[in-house]
Amino acid sequence: MAVTASPRPAPGKQRPKRESMADWRWGDRIAYVLCWGAGLALCAIAALIMGYMAVRGLQYLKPSLLWSHPSGEVDQSDSGGFLDPIIGTILLTIIGIAIATPIAVAAAIWVVEYGRPSGLARMVESGIEVVAGTPDIVLAIFGLALFQHGLLGWMSFTAEGGAVFGRSFLTAGAMMSLIALPMVFGATREGLQSIPAHVREASYGLGKTKIATIRRVLLPAVRPNVSTGAALGMGRIAGDTAIVVILLGATLRLEKEGGVPGLDVLKGTGSTLTSYVYNNSPAGEGNAPEKAYAAAFVLLLLVVALNFTVDLIARRGAKTGLEGTRLGAGR
Amino acid sequence: MITEQPPPIRKILVDAPPTVAPGIAPPAGGHAATSGAAHHRRGEAGPERMTLQGLSVFYGENEAVKQVSLSIRLGEVLALIGPSGCGKTTLLRTLNRLTELTAGAQRGGTILLDGTDVDALEVTALRRRVAMVFQQPNPFPMSIFDNVAYALREQSRKRPGRSVLAPLVEDALRRAGLWDEVKDKLDAPALRLSGGQQQRLCIARAIATRPEVLLMDEPCSALDPRSTAVIEQLIGELRSDLAIVIVTHNMQQARRVGDKVAFMYLGDLVEYGPAEQIFDAPQAQRTRDYVRGVFG
Ligand SMILES: Nc1ncnc2c1ncn2[C@@H]1O[C@H](COP(=O)(O)OP(=O)(O)O)[C@@H](O)[C@H]1O
Ligand SMILES: [Mg+2]
Repeated sequence: MAVTASPRPAPGKQRPKRESMADWRWGDRIAYVLCWGAGLALCAIAALIMGYMAVRGLQYLKPSLLWSHPSGEVDQSDSGGFLDPIIGTILLTIIGIAIATPIAVAAAIWVVEYGRPSGLARMVESGIEVVAGTPDIVLAIFGLALFQHGLLGWMSFTAEGGAVFGRSFLTAGAMMSLIALPMVFGATREGLQSIPAHVREASYGLGKTKIATIRRVLLPAVRPNVSTGAALGMGRIAGDTAIVVILLGATLRLEKEGGVPGLDVLKGTGSTLTSYVYNNSPAGEGNAPEKAYAAAFVLLLLVVALNFTVDLIARRGAKTGLEGTRLGAGR
Repeated sequence: MITEQPPPIRKILVDAPPTVAPGIAPPAGGHAATSGAAHHRRGEAGPERMTLQGLSVFYGENEAVKQVSLSIRLGEVLALIGPSGCGKTTLLRTLNRLTELTAGAQRGGTILLDGTDVDALEVTALRRRVAMVFQQPNPFPMSIFDNVAYALREQSRKRPGRSVLAPLVEDALRRAGLWDEVKDKLDAPALRLSGGQQQRLCIARAIATRPEVLLMDEPCSALDPRSTAVIEQLIGELRSDLAIVIVTHNMQQARRVGDKVAFMYLGDLVEYGPAEQIFDAPQAQRTRDYVRGVFG
């Protein structure tokens, strides 16, 4: 450091008078304390949730729970772990984000880089807002109605009479993608909008087409945004219950469907950590609240890990040298 | 704190005898190193590269450039001067058809590049031959290497690998006088460079495809005096292979780098001629007032 500032004022120099609360009006003091208190209270609540879940979860969490299948019975109190729900959560998250990301990125590119006619672009944006605002239980019953249609029978189990079950990892994953899509779309759109116009102009000035500019300049630049949006979306999928309960078939174990290896799992039914917790909570039929706590703790860890990933990506995005430029703003 | 090493300042050999610009374009790929070449100020101009005939540009109803005719020659630096808003940037951007990106902009008149109407050329090809350096340094948010490599890569499916591009990237960075400063950190983000280095990277990027004409829009206006001196030096070195058009606000700069000077006022080309004439014996009253700093 070239300039080292002395922390103490030079002797003999009058220290500048600092603003102190003693000069404040009473209303301001109370408001200040309330704001301060609100922040602290939120910290306390977060700590309480984490602490309680950790204590209860660790109390009941045995390593064997992580790699044993749930019991075949409805009642889970005697035997069985939650291997299948863990696999289910991971599988569903991957399916959902794999569907959501390309669609969301493509839509964001179209809205920001093309967006003509502008009325249509605005319609796309409000459409995505509507999807984002739709309660997951509504998405779930809509999904059920949709995927029970004969044309979409290949995605799930079709009974003898031709009735389509509509419940499978594929159908649940497809609806889950709608939960993640707005987050990926929003993050990508913001990333693209924060790229100054002169970056695009520089590319056109080098004789590049718009497509080349998008592929080689804009998309690489927004990769951290896309990753952030995807990680947030994955957190949402992993934490969702309604779609799982309605569209995943509510079998605690993975039940394969059809004979094609790989596809049989996707067409089959199963459970996730959220539906497992629901099932075994006092509200469900599993009758094993201690396992619900253990599973809830695992789920919490998973989601917290995803949130840390978001942070990590954001910080790595900042390391590309974008900080201090408008490109780095808002990260 | 990382302090940037001052780039080596090379002496401009003003007193050296002028080297006559070659009559033909230098063969792509192999050409003499320009670092030692004399600054052939006021040398004989090369062949005409671009011709502007009655060029007008409108933004809606507003005529930003009015009936401008000029010629741009190889081996010559044309400095465009004039007060803010007189249409310098617009004129420059029209030469490689960047104004077409502005909604509502229209053009009249003809622009010829080596005798061919630029409208008849593929716009991507035109912009590779008539490259542009912008007022604000605008490197891409990628590595230093990739900034130059991106310019070199063709639109084609088959993308040349790093080993193919590396010598070309090095050559472009050398010509832009940036190689020594960045050769050890080619994979560092370009946005980490200082403003002056970023602008030279933009120049490297622009000259990587060996354009015939280099357009520079106030390339030093965002830079400190030292970086400005480095870039002016660079302009002197580049001019033997290129036709350069530089827009500048700065009269001293126009005088230092320009062989020809064009003075614009409110969209009109008021006066155009050799730099000495414009500065020492201007014909028009407006030019006289402007170069003496009466207005602008
Ligand atoms: N994108 C644009 N849309 C509409 N008018 C513009 C645009 N760019 C420039 N102009 C107008 O054209 C005139 C010339 O501008 P410009 O070429 O930027 O001048 P200079 O570079 O000499 O300062 C100005 O009157 C300006 O307001
Ligand atoms: Mg300008």
